[in-house]
Amino acid sequence: MSNIYSAIKISDHVYWVGAIDWTIRDFHGYTTPRGSTYNAYLIMADKITLIDTIKAPFRDEMLARIKSVVDSSQIKYIISNHSEMDHSGSLPEVIDIIKPEKVFASAVGVRTLKELFHDQHEIISVKDGESLSLGNMELTFMETRMIHWPDSMFTYLAKDELLFSQDAFGMHLATLERFADEIPAATLEYEAATYYANIVLPYSPVVLKALGKVMATGWKIKIIAPDHGPVWRKDLGKIIGLYRKWAEQKPEAKAVVVYATMWHSTEKMAGAIAEAMAGAGINVKLMSINEVHRSEVIYEVLNAGALIVGSSTLNNNILPQMADVMTYLKGLKPANLIGAAFGSYGWSGESVRDLEGILKEMKVEIAAPAVSTKHVPDDVVLTKCHELGKTIAAELLKKISSNNGNSEKNTEVNK
Amino acid sequence: MKKYVCGVCGYVYEPDKGDDDSGVPAGTPFEKLPEDWVCPVCGANKDEFSPE
Repeated sequence: MSNIYSAIKISDHVYWVGAIDWTIRDFHGYTTPRGSTYNAYLIMADKITLIDTIKAPFRDEMLARIKSVVDSSQIKYIISNHSEMDHSGSLPEVIDIIKPEKVFASAVGVRTLKELFHDQHEIISVKDGESLSLGNMELTFMETRMIHWPDSMFTYLAKDELLFSQDAFGMHLATLERFADEIPAATLEYEAATYYANIVLPYSPVVLKALGKVMATGWKIKIIAPDHGPVWRKDLGKIIGLYRKWAEQKPEAKAVVVYATMWHSTEKMAGAIAEAMAGAGINVKLMSINEVHRSEVIYEVLNAGALIVGSSTLNNNILPQMADVMTYLKGLKPANLIGAAFGSYGWSGESVRDLEGILKEMKVEIAAPAVSTKHVPDDVVLTKCHELGKTIAAELLKKISSNNGNSEKNTEVNK
Repeated sequence: MKKYVCGVCGYVYEPDKGDDDSGVPAGTPFEKLPEDWVCPVCGANKDEFSPE
């Protein structure tokens, strides 16, 4: 058999021609235990068009899938919706092989591709709202800056009511199924949420803006084709609703306690805090950063209302694995959190002060005094930890009920 | 004149430089930027900015 790879038809005129990466486990610090896909799409218009390319080592897989539909030399246009290497890494070579008439990207995309490849390929910039005729059908472009790079844009194919959404609505999930409705709903929601938390979260304000912008176009959308993971063709309202929910980051009655411990003292404190909060009706995730990955922590923080962080003091600092997760969390800018710090030490005890400082930089509202203890916590210290947990729980429930009260009030006004 | 930082992407608006891409001349204070001005890097609204 000369060609083991086939394209998969996703609409009347569009084929998926991407690649499946079963073995990738790390995306610049975000762990991907289920692998991923790099999606490229072929539009069989008068002017045959390729939407995005893929990561460099998978070039031949993409070309083989294209070949199962059409000779690649027939492709006239290539559109680059997102310049990141997992979608553009093969672009220069693919241009050389296919020799399309034209290659398009957003204005920032043109600049970014130059900065990545430093070559002479001509890439034409398209403006927000601009359309491109493919002969018997038309594409329309929409800038979606910072979802999740400055160059990012959506491309809409009215003929098939299909939105090419690049990384938005995507997930790292390697499957042979190409449609979301062929995959268990819980897996989809988990992987889409993990992707949002690890990639899109800091740009939530522009996500809300972009959702509004898409609605305002009046585009009919039957299919959403992202650059990673499965294609959405059923119940699109659900994934769009989840994006709105994640972007709004309304706090829920959930707390994440994340800590690093040396001799189980900080761990005992973490346990006391978690038990107290759970007793007060809060859903608590207790996470020892020695055992869990940072990607998992931000996934849990996505819908949490409280973040409580603990570390032993090691050589006048927080533990390095705690510094790792705090740097990661800070960059991802989770919003609307309350929190507190705790930890054990042997002689100097800087960790709690430093953790509290990081929480403040993250704009987490400190809602209970920190608890620290020299060496192993005794009953007095564990009682203080219990108090800390109860205080945070009460503050969180109060905040949630006052938020709900406000939204009810708003509803009243809107009536 | 105060510099302002975009809370979404980290871009810093420097009044001394203005914002060429949007036709904002050098010397324009942040407060004088039009209300519909957006971050030249990420497109965030003016209200996402805070003083540096």
